[in-house]
Amino acid sequence: MRLRSFLAGLLVAIGSAVAAIVLRRRAVRRRERAEIYLADGTLIALTDGHPDAEQLLQHARDLLATARS
Amino acid sequence: MGCGSVGLMASPPAQALADLTEISRQVEAAVVFDREGTVLGSTADDERAGRLASAAVELLRAAEDVRPEGAEELVQLGVALSDGSVFVVSDGDRLIAATTRPGPTVGLVYYDLKSCLRGLAEEPEAKPGPRRRTTTKKTDAAS
Repeated sequence: MRLRSFLAGLLVAIGSAVAAIVLRRRAVRRRERAEIYLADGTLIALTDGHPDAEQLLQHARDLLATARS
Repeated sequence: MGCGSVGLMASPPAQALADLTEISRQVEAAVVFDREGTVLGSTADDERAGRLASAAVELLRAAEDVRPEGAEELVQLGVALSDGSVFVVSDGDRLIAATTRPGPTVGLVYYDLKSCLRGLAEEPEAKPGPRRRTTTKKTDAAS
């Protein structure tokens, strides 16, 4: 009986941890961001909230809106 | 969704773009253009293609502003938005911009866009002439 409740608790804990990881990954993926690749392989990543990102994101929004208009 | 018809069916960019949208289901709309914003081909109609190219040039300029001084040239950029993504890939003076739905397979989209540009660059030499038939008539059967 004790073993069963321990296993149930363990299962719930593992399930919660997995759900938290999945939700966190999804939230990160949903965050608006821009990635710029240079010829030497350098990557410049700008996420929403970065001062340089806003202009890029706005231009990208305009482009997306034009494509769907 | 936003994927219109190919404007110039006969031109190489239009054919390359038609191939692109056929191969890559993630791409909704795409435009091939030069650094001045001149449209070379698009999956959208002429009017919308011009606006797409202008918006892509603006995006490129904004990205160039972010690039550190003295750094290598920009070869590709991607912007992930909540309702879709925008990609721009450059190959010398020729560029391609494309839009996708949210959460595309980024690596695949870049690969397809680069392949499209590469295909355009190779177009003049790679385009074979009409194939000559190699089958020969059986002369002994006629006689």
